Amino acid sequence: MAPQVELRDIVKTFGSVIALNGVTMSVGAGEVMCLLGDNGAGKSTLIKTLSGVHKPTSGEMFIEGRAVTLNSPRDAQRHGIATVHQHLAIEPLMSVTRNFFLGREPIKGWGPFQRFDFDFGNRTAISEMGKMGIDIRDPNQAVGTMSGGERQCVAISRAVYFGAKILILDEPTAALGVKQAGVVLRYIAQARSQGLSVIFITHNVHHAYPVGDKFTILKRGRSYGTFAKTEVSREEVLGMMAGTEELDQLESELEEFARSDEEAATEAVSNYQASAVAEHALADELHKERGRLKGDSQEEG
Amino acid sequence: MATQSQRQDERLQQISLWKLLLGRPEFGAIAGAVLVFLFFTIVAGNKGFLNSIGIRTWLEVSAQLGILGIGATMLMIGGEFDLSVGSMIAASGMLFLLPIVQYGWPVWIAFIIAIGFAILMGYINGSLVNRTGLPSFIVTLAFLFILRGGTLGFTREITNSTQVSVRSFIGQIEGVTTGSQAREVIQNAFPGQLFSFELFGLPASIFWWIAIALLASWILLRTRFGNWVFAIGGNPEAARNAGVPVNRVRIILFMGTAVCATILAMLQIFDLGSADVSRGNLKEFEAIIVAVIGGTLLTGGYGSAIGAVFGALIFGMTSQGIFIARWNTDWFRVFLGGLLLIAVIFNNFIRKRATEAK
Repeated sequence: MAPQVELRDIVKTFGSVIALNGVTMSVGAGEVMCLLGDNGAGKSTLIKTLSGVHKPTSGEMFIEGRAVTLNSPRDAQRHGIATVHQHLAIEPLMSVTRNFFLGREPIKGWGPFQRFDFDFGNRTAISEMGKMGIDIRDPNQAVGTMSGGERQCVAISRAVYFGAKILILDEPTAALGVKQAGVVLRYIAQARSQGLSVIFITHNVHHAYPVGDKFTILKRGRSYGTFAKTEVSREEVLGMMAGTEELDQLESELEEFARSDEEAATEAVSNYQASAVAEHALADELHKERGRLKGDSQEEG
Repeated sequence: MATQSQRQDERLQQISLWKLLLGRPEFGAIAGAVLVFLFFTIVAGNKGFLNSIGIRTWLEVSAQLGILGIGATMLMIGGEFDLSVGSMIAASGMLFLLPIVQYGWPVWIAFIIAIGFAILMGYINGSLVNRTGLPSFIVTLAFLFILRGGTLGFTREITNSTQVSVRSFIGQIEGVTTGSQAREVIQNAFPGQLFSFELFGLPASIFWWIAIALLASWILLRTRFGNWVFAIGGNPEAARNAGVPVNRVRIILFMGTAVCATILAMLQIFDLGSADVSRGNLKEFEAIIVAVIGGTLLTGGYGSAIGAVFGALIFGMTSQGIFIARWNTDWFRVFLGGLLLIAVIFNNFIRKRATEAK
């Protein structure tokens, strides 16, 4: 079966700047691909190419095996590609229902008496969010009063409800705490179990590793390679992201610091360990959740 | 509301009526209007604040400002300002009456020209804001001067005066010998009746005010377009990403404020029988004050047309109340400024409540 979305040799240049230099990757249905890379690696350009904002300078794009050209974000939406941006998705002062249906409002009535169908809207918003494990207290509640993770989930569940087949999530966990990130990561796992393709962009290996099926690492506009989860460990992914040499150099520099201020370093290490423990707990929880979901879908199958 | 009663979530605590009201944008304005009404009832109730002439007076002042304020409120919810509405009152009024008086054009043609000009100006304001990305504050400030100056220039060029009055009909049209007869000439020509009728002893402006308020509330609270207005004011990028035609909505809102200004100009002309180049002076700021007192956020994305109705009532009752109580009206603006400050501080508090996690 053809992958849900496939890119071959995508090149994008802006004048003399080569933002993407031959990126090839593919994501299948029901698969989460994590796109990792440092700042300036070309992640943003790649997302914008995928979501129809930029047209690639050269290279091909396939959706469900068919070659496509995306001329606008609307074009991308028509092909089932939905992009959820970190900040640019939600109206904090508007209610959950108004946000959920923004731009695609359900209408009832006729002619000049056409109006927003709030009964349908409220019911749908509650049930769609419920499906993804978020229980809305009140659909008239302003989204700004919800937690950061829940806000991201409104944007994601909206995309899923309106028929997205390929979800592009641009750093959805970047500004979130451990627990809030967990809400979003759980949701990503849910979306995958519904057969969606997810492209998950993040800086954070600890967020990527638990939900990812494969990892594509971008570096200086090139794809450093795609690795299945079975092939690599969390540490290896981290190493590839930052570049092992750079990390080694960083480590020796840190040792230098450590000699000059051993106490501070000790404290830093213990802080790091504490946060690592929390991240591991999250990963375990997600692992269990996945097991449970798999069990569920097998039962259904 | 129906879903709320059907589905009782245990985390939805029974909130007190007070807290429920505090969560509504128009609450402050309604409470304020009640207080102002009670205040002048006590201090000026026996001086004519409550008799039929008194009520008619402050209702009419409120209505005229309310019409302008509702347009400004919708635009402000959409995240923009229109400082050109005051000049627009003079410009469209002159554009309407001058051809009638000077060249004898039919009233309905002059009316279409005035409304058409308002729509065009709204389009120009909106497009300039869209294309340049400049704050609407600056763009419409430019038109505040351009329209005012243009109206003065053209009027003086053509009539050698700064005022055009139906009194010019006296002696020119047969049977017209008094000012009120001259006024009846335009009042009886379509669409003059729409702006000069009286019902239950109340002038037309009050009914226009109510109708525009109901229409604006319906649009904001119940329609798809209303959803878009809130969205482009709150976070225009998010609205664009969700497929809202941001530029088009913005242009329509600018057209709305200009048309509201033109309706106000018509009401004044049919009432007074004249157009003046200085009419509508400072009205752009009064419209914004009405919107802000009505609970609309200066930053957009939140507000209510009903709030603007009560904001205008506060304004009208105070300005006329001070006059009826025979106090020194010089102090009215001090009160107005103070009221504005209190309203903004209160709104800021409401916004924080609305956006912070509970």
